[in-house]
Amino acid sequence: MKKATIKVTAILVLLVLALASLASAGAEGGKVYRTLDEIKESGKINIGVFSDKNPFGYVDENGEYQGYDVYFARRIGKDLGVEVNFVSTEAANRVEYLETGKVDIILANFTVTAERAEKVDFALPYMNVALGVVSPKSRVIRDLSEIGAEDQVIVISGTTAEDYLIKNNPEIQLQKYDTYANAKTALENGSAVAWANDNTEVIAFALENEGYEVGIPSLGSQDTIAPAVSKGNETLLAWINEEIIALAEEKFFHADYEATLVDTYGLDYEESLVLEGGGQAK
Amino acid sequence: MQSLGVEVLFKGKNFARLMGGMWTALKISLVSIAISMVLGLLLGMLVSRKNRVLRGVMRCYLEFIHIMPQMVLLFLVFFGTSKAFGWNLSGELSSVIVFSLWGTAEMSDLVRGAVTSVPKIQYESAMALGMTPAQVNRYVILPQAVRRLIPQSINLITRMIKTTSLVLMVGVVEILKVAQQIIEANRKASPNAAFGVYLTVFLLYFLLCWPVSLLAKHLEKRWG
Repeated sequence: MKKATIKVTAILVLLVLALASLASAGAEGGKVYRTLDEIKESGKINIGVFSDKNPFGYVDENGEYQGYDVYFARRIGKDLGVEVNFVSTEAANRVEYLETGKVDIILANFTVTAERAEKVDFALPYMNVALGVVSPKSRVIRDLSEIGAEDQVIVISGTTAEDYLIKNNPEIQLQKYDTYANAKTALENGSAVAWANDNTEVIAFALENEGYEVGIPSLGSQDTIAPAVSKGNETLLAWINEEIIALAEEKFFHADYEATLVDTYGLDYEESLVLEGGGQAK
Repeated sequence: MQSLGVEVLFKGKNFARLMGGMWTALKISLVSIAISMVLGLLLGMLVSRKNRVLRGVMRCYLEFIHIMPQMVLLFLVFFGTSKAFGWNLSGELSSVIVFSLWGTAEMSDLVRGAVTSVPKIQYESAMALGMTPAQVNRYVILPQAVRRLIPQSINLITRMIKTTSLVLMVGVVEILKVAQQIIEANRKASPNAAFGVYLTVFLLYFLLCWPVSLLAKHLEKRWG
């Protein structure tokens, strides 16, 4: 290495370190989120949803957001008396959106995990979920042990399926995608033997596409899906929790299921997927 | 024959949405390209002078931009600035900032290369004719440098247009994100939509970049 290059590299490393320390110092002071009153005052709430995850959060042909999460988001806006500004998020940047206060709530099929709970605050859950694995009918994977050393499994970056496989089955080769659309297209193109994701996602995929079967319908532990707010945003969190409990009265999430999910899953999965009042009011 | 899945584009407002996405991508790239060209030209001229401090600073800036993937830069500007300084930049603004930083860095390096490649005798002759340094730059060096710049800067411009496909990661709904939304919303009714829609996206990117290449060819012929 030339002397000049070494110098430049050294200066760069110092610069990055300085920036990093600046960033951490900034994060400690001052809150990033907006309180309930501030949101009401502004007349607008920013809610992060998926825009390419049919039927949970997607955009229809008229450019309108639709889906199970979106249905709930609209109700939140209505009951708060504010306009909802939908922000298109990806699985990989949901936590960052909350950590920086760029959205007030994430309603993007966000599975509750201990790891995520260190960075964001989850409200009461509104749906059940486990992991599932879908594969082509020509070679259905019924157990993870059937996946050979040469085979690859599709996962989406930043999802619980990715975490689970890395932690519990590090021998399995993963093929990672940033968007749902690309992951599904890759599976259809046969670039991997299976796709691991939330079981809601893979069941929907197998029901919608000929020639695929969910060989492993439930992998790992039963998890829940919940709204999330920035760490420490207590006023908003408390309001959402009250809202979810109050909505159990009218069986809101059953209505939500019947409006958005029934076309995909049929009525068979309604009781196993839907959670009312955070599961406490049963 | 299986359908190509292009029909989903004609459902509802889908085609208008795709064009809207293209306009978003075009807007971000046009603004960033304009900023990059002007700043790049100025910085490039400055760096070709023999000021060691200035060169050192520019070298750092250039290396920093070179080694950072554009995606990391986007996250740094979009999420990083709000964590560090509490700025709430929009996705569009963050994208323009990142693309301008990147474009300016590469452009200034191209300008520096082009200016230093003008033979020394050109400077000396111009000075001998009694021109001031400013006049030498304006009438002798720049016209020659700009000609040498065209092929590479056109390459940079088309790369900038194509790289706007990354801005969907900071919540900007541009052409590729609209395409993915359309494919996803219609997966049940038109399972083949992925092919038709991505083909259309390919054609739209081509329509954006092809005129730029044509212009470059034209300019090269005229000035060459």
